[in-house]
Amino acid sequence: MVNGKRTLIIIPALNESGSIADVVGEVRGELPGVDVLVVDDGSTDRTAAVAAAAGARVAKLPYNLGVGGAMRLGYRYARDNDYDVAIQIDADGQHDPRYVPKLVDLLDDNDLVIGARFAGEGDYNVRGPRRWAMVMLSAVLSRVARTKLTDTTSGFRAANRRVIEMFAGWYPAEYLGDTVETLVHTARRGYRIRQVPVAMRKRMAGTPSHSPAKAMIYLGRAFAVLTLALIRR
Amino acid sequence: MKLTLVTGLTGLLLLGTIVELLRRRQLREKYGMLWLAVLIIVIPLSLFPRLLDNVAELLGVASGVSLVLFLGIVFLLLVCVHLSWEVSALEEETRTLAEDFALLRAQIDADRAARDELVSTDG
Ligand SMILES: Nc1nc2c(ncn2[C@@H]2O[C@H](COP(=O)(O)OP(=O)(O)OP(=O)(O)O)[C@@H](O)[C@H]2O)c(=O)[nH]1
Ligand SMILES: [Mg+2]
Repeated sequence: MVNGKRTLIIIPALNESGSIADVVGEVRGELPGVDVLVVDDGSTDRTAAVAAAAGARVAKLPYNLGVGGAMRLGYRYARDNDYDVAIQIDADGQHDPRYVPKLVDLLDDNDLVIGARFAGEGDYNVRGPRRWAMVMLSAVLSRVARTKLTDTTSGFRAANRRVIEMFAGWYPAEYLGDTVETLVHTARRGYRIRQVPVAMRKRMAGTPSHSPAKAMIYLGRAFAVLTLALIRR
Repeated sequence: MKLTLVTGLTGLLLLGTIVELLRRRQLREKYGMLWLAVLIIVIPLSLFPRLLDNVAELLGVASGVSLVLFLGIVFLLLVCVHLSWEVSALEEETRTLAEDFALLRAQIDADRAARDELVSTDG
């Protein structure tokens, strides 16, 4: 329970055995009474076993579906088990669970709340094409959602029942679809989106999924995904 | 004459392949029928390449052969698009299956844990 609401924390994880135990432990320590679901997305290491030992429920996918695939599974679990709130958190320890009550608070007047970097708190910095992509996404998505969004690719989000219901039936598995396209889709259907400034930490272990060399490709793909999302219904 | 032999034989060979694949049930009927229909059009054309010259003239295409080439490429493109579409649908289906599978496994694990707990508190 967070503020009287049945809360599920969904953690998509791919080969995060180095950090997942700490993350699950920290979440359970900071937020007593919440349930934690780790979605192991075809990891080749011991992510699932480590997460289960740390006290999380684990759903283990038979092969890799990507963050979007893992998240739809999480939302289906949330819907089927009747949770009021579902919160997505990264498995690398970058998201501080102490912000969760703040996100849940805002769900009273909003349907989807995003924990955002670049919004005042913390000192997370990105440069080059990756930064241009983020600026472009923020500008366009802020207009679509009619609210200020500075970190559209954030994997720190809280959803209420209405959005859980929608995401359980529809959640893109494509690259960037899980963040960018879901925002367009959600905003277009009249749900209210809000962001909360959060400080991001360094990942605890493992390797980041992005390298500087991929930044330019990232920009191109972000543009393509955004354009497609905007012309889709 | 030589050319007609080559194209005609190729057509017949393709026809044989499709029929054999269908016979061994290695092709779903909907695809087999499609390729058979194509061959039934292509084989007469391979034997008598001038068959379409009149139609070609009507459309302003210089020769029937170019028309066949053009139509062939359009057709193949459509088939490719159709196959991509089928693959996308299949991926969506396997994705749902994978999710169902993971949810069931999680449920079984939870049930087993609950049962173990019951046993250990009883005994
Ligand atoms: N389910 C699933 N999760 C993934 C996959 N790839 C990455 N993740 C998880 O998604 C979360 C975010 O991944 P990161 O690699 O940290 O991406 P990021 O936070 O955008 O980038 P960094 O700034 O480099 O950390 C982590 O919890 C990963 O374990 C995947 O293919 N499937
Ligand atoms: Mg990360």
